[in-house]
Amino acid sequence: MELLVVGLNHNTAPIEIRECLAFSEDKMEDALSKVHALPSVKENMIVSTCNRVEVYAATRETEKAVHDLRDFFSQYHGISLKDFEKSLYTHVGEEAVRHIFRVASSLDSMVLGEPQILGQIKEAYDLAQQANTSGLILHRLLHRAFHVAKKVRTETKIAISAVSVSSVAVELAEKIFGTLEKKTVLLIGAGEMCELAARHLVSGGIEKILVTNRTYERAVSLAQEFRGEAIPFEEMGLGLKKTDIVISATNSPQYLIGHDQITKVIRDRKQRPIFFIDIADPRDIEPKVGDIENVYLYNIDDLQKVANNNIKDREKEAQKAETIVQDEVVKFVNWYRSLEVTPTIIALREKFEAIRNRELGKILSLYPNLTEKEKQSLEAMTSAIINKILHGPLTLLKQTDEETMADLYLDTLRTLFQLPEKSDREKETED
Amino acid sequence: MNIHFFKFASLLYLIGTLAYLAYILFLKGTLSKIAVTVVSIGFASHTLALITRYVEAGHTPVTNLHESLSFFAWMIIGILLMANLKYRIKVLGSFLTPIALILMLFAFALPKEIFPLAPVLKSFWHPFHVIFAFLGNAIFTLTFCCGVMYLIQEHQLKSKKMGAITKRLPPLNLLDDLSYQSLKFGFPLLTLGIITGAVWAEYAWGRYWNWDPKETWSLITWLLYAALLHQRLTVGWRGRKAAIMAIVGFLAVLFTFLGVNLILPGLHSYSNW
Repeated sequence: MELLVVGLNHNTAPIEIRECLAFSEDKMEDALSKVHALPSVKENMIVSTCNRVEVYAATRETEKAVHDLRDFFSQYHGISLKDFEKSLYTHVGEEAVRHIFRVASSLDSMVLGEPQILGQIKEAYDLAQQANTSGLILHRLLHRAFHVAKKVRTETKIAISAVSVSSVAVELAEKIFGTLEKKTVLLIGAGEMCELAARHLVSGGIEKILVTNRTYERAVSLAQEFRGEAIPFEEMGLGLKKTDIVISATNSPQYLIGHDQITKVIRDRKQRPIFFIDIADPRDIEPKVGDIENVYLYNIDDLQKVANNNIKDREKEAQKAETIVQDEVVKFVNWYRSLEVTPTIIALREKFEAIRNRELGKILSLYPNLTEKEKQSLEAMTSAIINKILHGPLTLLKQTDEETMADLYLDTLRTLFQLPEKSDREKETED
Repeated sequence: MNIHFFKFASLLYLIGTLAYLAYILFLKGTLSKIAVTVVSIGFASHTLALITRYVEAGHTPVTNLHESLSFFAWMIIGILLMANLKYRIKVLGSFLTPIALILMLFAFALPKEIFPLAPVLKSFWHPFHVIFAFLGNAIFTLTFCCGVMYLIQEHQLKSKKMGAITKRLPPLNLLDDLSYQSLKFGFPLLTLGIITGAVWAEYAWGRYWNWDPKETWSLITWLLYAALLHQRLTVGWRGRKAAIMAIVGFLAVLFTFLGVNLILPGLHSYSNW
């Protein structure tokens, strides 16, 4: 059995192609069973997210399976293979193991260390299990992958700091206010930027949202979306008194919020801190506002800078993670090779045992007057001879890490002792 | 017997300090757990040291510098363990334990024999005076640490450096809150400490207030904290200003406690070692 993965991701394919080849959740079962129907594929699982579409498979005919899977992509989505062939990658054996371990640990993600991918892989695996298309090999592979992902998460700092502008903003807010519960945010401007930032804060636990905009109607409609409150633009000062966080993203050519105004606001608020996030270009908030005590002002560049630093940290941590992955790949490949070794060992033992029984039978029939004790001694001696002969080679086989050597030994054994073919053996043990 | 417990406690505080410092460096949860456990055992041993010393001496063991330092350190660790129950600020130990350790080492270096009680200290009021005063001081040590952490964290956030330090220190609001809470407990205790001291002075020297350096400085300390509390309550002082004030207040505490004894002679100088 060989493991393989055929697919594409954000590095190899543009979004247009990824969209075309994606499998929506409701079609997943159908797709899984169609792959399962391919005679070359024994087990399969499909991962489909916005950044990657991949089919993992266990097969006995690697080349054929790769070919079949590529055709499957093309036929299932009705796109000519030529249109996306260049985006496809194929990993076989050890490389396929490494690939899934890296994907699950978020080392292959667009945003290094992002946490969603592990959940997505778990979902994909659940679907494959429900559809009955996964088996022993994928089962073991995926459980190892989850284990590796957990290990990477706990033993490296890959996911510890925020790497997007909005998550940096949320993290900063938490460093100022402790918790975002019971906090209020004021959005100045009702554009997309504000909406996006607000969404992040809401998922961070913000309680109340105030919206103000030059066109009052737009403020009202955005406020409705968040079950917040719209404030007329002229009464922005009132909002400033009530809020803890301000996100400003208007197209105003000059500053909307000035130093003197905020000095007064802070005094009125009895020094309760305000966190200003200015994501407008040109800026909405006078930079001097940041000098006022208990006021924290970050503009989009500041946030970006923090995010970039964190990305660099993650890259350093990723190297540690790669070492963890490498160790685990070796462990998995050893297990997976032992699957192949075992049938050969059994066959070899059976062959020797058959010879022993035959020869022992001959001796016993030649000397029918042997006592029970003498017979047992003969039994024990012949068994011991076989065990001693086999001990060395079998230990060596089980311990051989290098794939080519193990294969060479197995082939040699099978040829020298005329053992049955590997695949037949395997079929017998599996069935 | 008390010396053995004392030494054992010092050793555990040393290990606890190292564990807490390792924790703030590496941020590994197990390190902070080790630190809390070791420091808690140290505190238990320290408590036994105080009890056995009380039994052996026959009076509250806060009559000379060795005893005072040890008592102060014991209270600081006690406050740390209590703060741990309510606030989940693990790095607090990384600040408070080293302070307690320094006091312990200082106490360690001083003569540790039990002396017969000076007549002036034989008073009903003396134990109350020292317990209130030191409990207040220990709580102000916490306030001080919050102030230091606040200033560092605030500087990081204002200068837009969001790195290793920001990650390790607690949020500003939490620090300010803990600082305020501790002030609210510390201030009445300091006040009680001064009042019981005055009452005791009445018994010992026939006057409530003698304007000796210790008294003068404790009054200065009291005024500083009173000012801070007042500003917090009325003008809504918080954050940076409050943090600086808490640090200044603590310097006054230290001077009142140590500086006066070491530099300025006065009535309290009986407690010279």
